[in-house]
Amino acid sequence: MGMTMTQKILAEHANLKEVVPDQFIEADLDMVLGNDITAPVAIKEFFKMGGKDVFHKEKVALVPDHFTPNKDIKSAEQCKYMREFAYDKDIKNYFEIGEMGIEHALLPEKGLVVAGDVVIGADSHTCTYGALGAFSTGVGSTDMAAGMARGKCWFKVPSAIKFELTGKPNKFVSGKDIILHIIGKIGVDGARYKSMEFMGDGIANLSMDDRFTIANMAIEAGAKNGIFIVDDRTRAYIQNHSTREFKEYTPDADAIYDEEYTIDLATIRPTLSFPYSPDNTRTIDEVEDIEIDQIVIGSCTNGRIDDLRAAAEILKGNKIDRKVRAIIFPATQKIYLQAIEEGLIKIFIEAGAIVSTPTCGPCLGGHMGILAEGERAVATTNRNFVGRMGHAKSEVYLASPAIAAASAITGKITNPEDII
Amino acid sequence: MKAKGKVFKYGDNVDTDVIIPARYLSTGDPKELRKHCMEDIDKDFAKNVEEGDIIVGRKNFGCGSSREHAPIAIKASGVSCVIAETFARIFYRNSFNVGLPIIESSEAAKKIEKDDELEIDFQTGEIRNLTKNEIYKGQPYPEFIQKIIENEGLVNYVKSNL
Repeated sequence: MGMTMTQKILAEHANLKEVVPDQFIEADLDMVLGNDITAPVAIKEFFKMGGKDVFHKEKVALVPDHFTPNKDIKSAEQCKYMREFAYDKDIKNYFEIGEMGIEHALLPEKGLVVAGDVVIGADSHTCTYGALGAFSTGVGSTDMAAGMARGKCWFKVPSAIKFELTGKPNKFVSGKDIILHIIGKIGVDGARYKSMEFMGDGIANLSMDDRFTIANMAIEAGAKNGIFIVDDRTRAYIQNHSTREFKEYTPDADAIYDEEYTIDLATIRPTLSFPYSPDNTRTIDEVEDIEIDQIVIGSCTNGRIDDLRAAAEILKGNKIDRKVRAIIFPATQKIYLQAIEEGLIKIFIEAGAIVSTPTCGPCLGGHMGILAEGERAVATTNRNFVGRMGHAKSEVYLASPAIAAASAITGKITNPEDII
Repeated sequence: MKAKGKVFKYGDNVDTDVIIPARYLSTGDPKELRKHCMEDIDKDFAKNVEEGDIIVGRKNFGCGSSREHAPIAIKASGVSCVIAETFARIFYRNSFNVGLPIIESSEAAKKIEKDDELEIDFQTGEIRNLTKNEIYKGQPYPEFIQKIIENEGLVNYVKSNL
């Protein structure tokens, strides 16, 4: 029976010739990831399991990114616990804040994930690395602990949905608009337990940053993973960032997909998700006047250089509305530096935004931009659940960097086409 | 093993941000987490929940963040079981891993109402609604999951396989 890309990667990592949907397997792991919220819980479980050393010192990554720079004493204690474990176990991929970044932007940038890998991370957005042609998925802390101890993880082999992307997106239509469009179409549980596999000639028109954004939000459709077929752009990215060998997988011609969608990227309009669910989508053309209090540009979803460039293009020479708080946070130190060198940070500050060190802070309502009761934000983040960015009666509108930047200028949700 | 308790009923897509908001994640201590369990959608949950009570949701229960703090907070609240039509996959894994019993049953999730009194037999997968005098059947667990349940979570399972 034909296999999907995901099934082929899993079969090979489980030393099996073939796997079928719903089969339980145990697969070898190429990387196990945790952060300052999930790793402390995992480390305690690791010791309860009788763990002594981690299975491989270079195949565990610990990134303090959520509540860092430490937002309070409790967070500082959690980071300290993780840091001490990292040094004690000689974990090579521990990144202190000076060289850190938001984990899912950082790992590809450091070349720690390549095509064909199997990766688990105690963070739901671990699915981001599917952009590189890897199988990667979010798990909890106990699975992370078991992964650190054994270098293996159990999986139920997923079935899959195929997304055949064609055509070229219009200006101001980014990876974010594409994935929000898809989530709006299939719903927040539309791909529950399944793989979302992206292929088709439209992919050549998507930058790697667009693909990271799309794979990143596969979890918002309930998916186990999102994965892209590897092309020249992927190969170039991996070769520029990593010295590791990589392996490309393509779906078998007779691979079985539960559903197949063909999406012409040229037909997608700039898209937002309204509160309180990522599948509550509207195109920009359907949005009436909605006044906002804050915009946030950044996160593991949209804090990469393409995202900052898109925001700068719109903010250049403009002033942010005096009632709007604009918070921009590059996803890694490297991206931050690049943005300085390209003059983007100057544009942001002159427009009236603040620029923060990399952190997950505002996205999950941790710190650096919490909303009060009744406040509204346009955010390039990934979730707009009740209370996600602060008060249970605040509202988050998910959108692209271009929409967020345009909205910052006018003080209400705005089509970037109306600014430029 | 059996469980008995009254029902807290919720709708579709109960996400882990409302089960335990991130603002409380600067600790993994179950006793701290239980104080804030469900507070953004049911502010009196922590006050009203009693040992053995049962949470019933509809579709895609536990979607969103992978935080294991969510099933930990529910378990620490004394909840004996979560029933839903379907569960989000990370929450599903995490629940077995931390030893929080969960049951998938469309019929149960549709028919059970707030404050119903339930009795659950985990051996047979039978859910008895004492208030309505009805019986529902849960989906049987896959064999692999049964092994984790028998070990009362992944920690013991790994311990015996390390």
